Amino acid sequence: MTSATATAEAPVGRTYRPYSQPWWRRVLLTREFAIIGLLVLVFAWASANVANFNSPLTVYFLGLDNAEIMLIALPMALVIITGEIDLSVASVVGLSSVMVGLLHQDAGLSIPLAGLIAILVGVVAGALNGFLVAYVGLPSLAVTIGTLALYRGLAVGLLGTTAKTDFPDKWTTLAQEHIGTSRYPVIVIPILVLLVVFVWVLHFSSFGRGVYEIGLNDEAAHFSGVNVARTKFVLFILTAAVSAFAGIYITLRTGNARGDNATGDELKVIAAVLLGGVSIFGGRGALHGVVAGVLLIGVIQSAMRLENQTVNVINIVIGALLVLSVMSTSVLAWISRLSARRAGLGNLRRRQAVASSSRTTER
Amino acid sequence: MKFSHRRLTACAAVVATATLGLTACGGSDNGSSNASSGNGGGGSSSGTTVTFIPKNLGNPYFDASDKDGGKKAVEEFKGKYQEVGPDTATPDGQVSFINTAAQQGVKALVISADDPKAPCSAIKQAMSAGTKVVTFDSDTSADCRDLFVNQATAEGIAKTEVDEIAKQIGDTGEIAILSAAANATNQNAWIDLMKKDLAADHPNIKLVDTVYGNDDDQTSFDKTAALLQDHPNLKGIISPTTVGIAAAARYLDTSSSKGKVALTGLGTPNQMRKYVKDGTVTSFALWNPSDLGYLAAYAAKALVDGDITGKSGDSFTAGKLGKFTVGDNGTVLLGDPFVFTKDNIDQFNF
Repeated sequence: MTSATATAEAPVGRTYRPYSQPWWRRVLLTREFAIIGLLVLVFAWASANVANFNSPLTVYFLGLDNAEIMLIALPMALVIITGEIDLSVASVVGLSSVMVGLLHQDAGLSIPLAGLIAILVGVVAGALNGFLVAYVGLPSLAVTIGTLALYRGLAVGLLGTTAKTDFPDKWTTLAQEHIGTSRYPVIVIPILVLLVVFVWVLHFSSFGRGVYEIGLNDEAAHFSGVNVARTKFVLFILTAAVSAFAGIYITLRTGNARGDNATGDELKVIAAVLLGGVSIFGGRGALHGVVAGVLLIGVIQSAMRLENQTVNVINIVIGALLVLSVMSTSVLAWISRLSARRAGLGNLRRRQAVASSSRTTER
Repeated sequence: MKFSHRRLTACAAVVATATLGLTACGGSDNGSSNASSGNGGGGSSSGTTVTFIPKNLGNPYFDASDKDGGKKAVEEFKGKYQEVGPDTATPDGQVSFINTAAQQGVKALVISADDPKAPCSAIKQAMSAGTKVVTFDSDTSADCRDLFVNQATAEGIAKTEVDEIAKQIGDTGEIAILSAAANATNQNAWIDLMKKDLAADHPNIKLVDTVYGNDDDQTSFDKTAALLQDHPNLKGIISPTTVGIAAAARYLDTSSSKGKVALTGLGTPNQMRKYVKDGTVTSFALWNPSDLGYLAAYAAKALVDGDITGKSGDSFTAGKLGKFTVGDNGTVLLGDPFVFTKDNIDQFNF
C-alpha cells in the first residue's frame, strides 16, 4: 500500500524534506517538533498554573513512573517504522518480573544473575515473535496478540495470584535512587544509554536505513540489498529484551514480582510512539519525537492528577490528543489541497503535491 | 506523505494539538481551584484533606465505602474529601496517585491496596513527607501505613455464619459448606474456625461435606446440585464466598429444595437481593462498606490531629460509630460482620 508513494516520492528510503526550503525549516517544521513544542508549552503552562507541579518531585516521579514506557517505546518505534507491531511487550514485562522473583527467591540466584536470565527469557520470547513474523511470514498483529496471551499466561501460571516480594533493600532502593543530589532518578541513566544506542542504530547506521526502507516498501528494500527478514527478527528480539529489562526495573521499583505486572502497558507504549509522530503504516518517524511523545503523555497525566482530575478524564484527553495528532496529517493535507485549488494550479511542483496528498488521503 | 506543504501541516498541527491540550487543562483548572487551594491549608482539623484511593474507580463496593461512608465522615468534620484512583486494579496502578498526593502534600491518604507490597515505597515517601496513611479493606505490609481498618476478623466471620445457619435450621441437622478453591487461605481459616465453633456450641449440627466451587459460577452451581443429591437430609449450606453463595442461591431458587434448604454465607446485596426478596435466602453476612469508609476517614483525622499515633491501645471517636481502640499491629476492627436481611437490604447498593 505504500508502494505508490514510495516510488514516486522517495527513491531513497529515508524521508528527506524538500531541499527547496532552508535547513532549519526542514528540521524544525516537522511533526516531531510539533510534539516537542507542545511538550514545552504544556510543561511551562503547568509549571506556572498547576499547584505543586513546579517542584523537584515532579521531574523525579515523571522519570520513575514513565521509565518502563520510555524504555519499551525506543525499540517499539523501530518495529512500527518497519510497518510491524509488537503487542506482547507488556506480557514480556510480566514474564520477566516473575522470572526475577522466582530465580531470586526460589532458586537463590543473585539479582544481576536472575536479571540476566530474565533478559535471556525475553530474548527467547522475542525470537519466537520474530521467527513467526519474519521467517514464517505471519502478520505481526496476529502473532503478537497470540503471544500477548501466551506470555501473560505463562507469567500468571508460574506464580498464580501470589507475589514474590522479598528483594534485597540494596536493589529496591537503587531502583528509585536519585542521581547524586539531582532531581533525576537513576533509571534515567539506562534510558539515556539505550536512547543513544537506538538513535545511532536508527538514524546513523545502514541497519536503520533498512528499517525505513522496509516500512516504505519491503520488496523494494529486499531488492536494494536489505535483509528484510533478519532486520525484523532482530527488532523483535531487541524489543522483547528491552521489555524484559523494564520488567526487572518494575519488579525492583515496586519490590513485587507478579504475573499481572504492567498489564495493558503495550497500548500505552504504542500510544506514545504514535503521538511522537511515528506512522502506523511504517516508513516514517524519529526517536526525538517518540521521546517527546512519552514525556508529553507523562506531563499531561502528572499535571491533571495534581489538578485532581479522575483517571477517566485524563484518559479522554490523552485519547483525544492521540486521535487528533494522527488525524492532523490527513486533515491538513486536505486543507492544503483546498488552498492549492483556490490559488489556481500554478507550477508543476504544486500539482505534484496535490496529486501526492490526494493519494495520501485516499489510503 | 512527503509533500511540500509540510510547513503548513506542521504549524497547524501545533496549533490544533496545543489548543486541545491547553483547553483541556484549562477547563480542569477552573473546576478544581477550590480543591487545590484546600491542599495547602490542611493545618487544622477543619481543613484536613483526606484523599481516598480505592482499588479502582467505578467499583460499586468502593462507591459505597468512599463516596458514601468516607465522604459523609469527612463532611462531618469539615475536611476536604477527594477520591482518585486507577481505572483498573493492577498491582502498581495506585503508585502514581500516591506520588501525586505526596507532591500535593495532602494530610491523609485512605487506601485500599491493590497489592500488599507494590505501593509500599510510594507510600513510605508520602509518609516521610508528613502524610498520614490509613489502609482499609485490603492492607499493605504493616510498615507502610499508620493504621489498618479491618472490616472483620476471621473469628467474627466464622461465628456470624454459624449463628445464622443455626438460627435458620433450628440448631439441629445436617449442613454442608460450599467454599472457593481448596487452597484458598481465607476460606480455609474460616472453615476451621466454623468447625471449632460447631463442635463447641452446636453439637446437634453435623457438617457432612465441604465442597469447592473454585469461585467459578458454573462449578459452584454444579457442586450445589451435587450436594443436594448426595445428602437428601441436608438442611443448610454455608458458602463463605460471594461467587459461591450467588450460584447456590440461583440453584436453590429453581429447585424443589427452595425454602427447605437454608443458605447463608458471605455475599453482596446486589447479587443476593432477588433471592432474599423471594425467600430463597433469609440472611447473609458481609461488612458494611460505608461504615468501613466512615471509620477509615475518622481514623485518618485522628492521626492528622495527633490524637492517636497508631500504636496499640490508642483510642479515638468515630462520629456515629462511637469509640474505637487500636489493637495489635496498628489495626482497628470495624466490628462483627453485618447481617443483611430483606428488611435492610434495600439500603445498600454495591
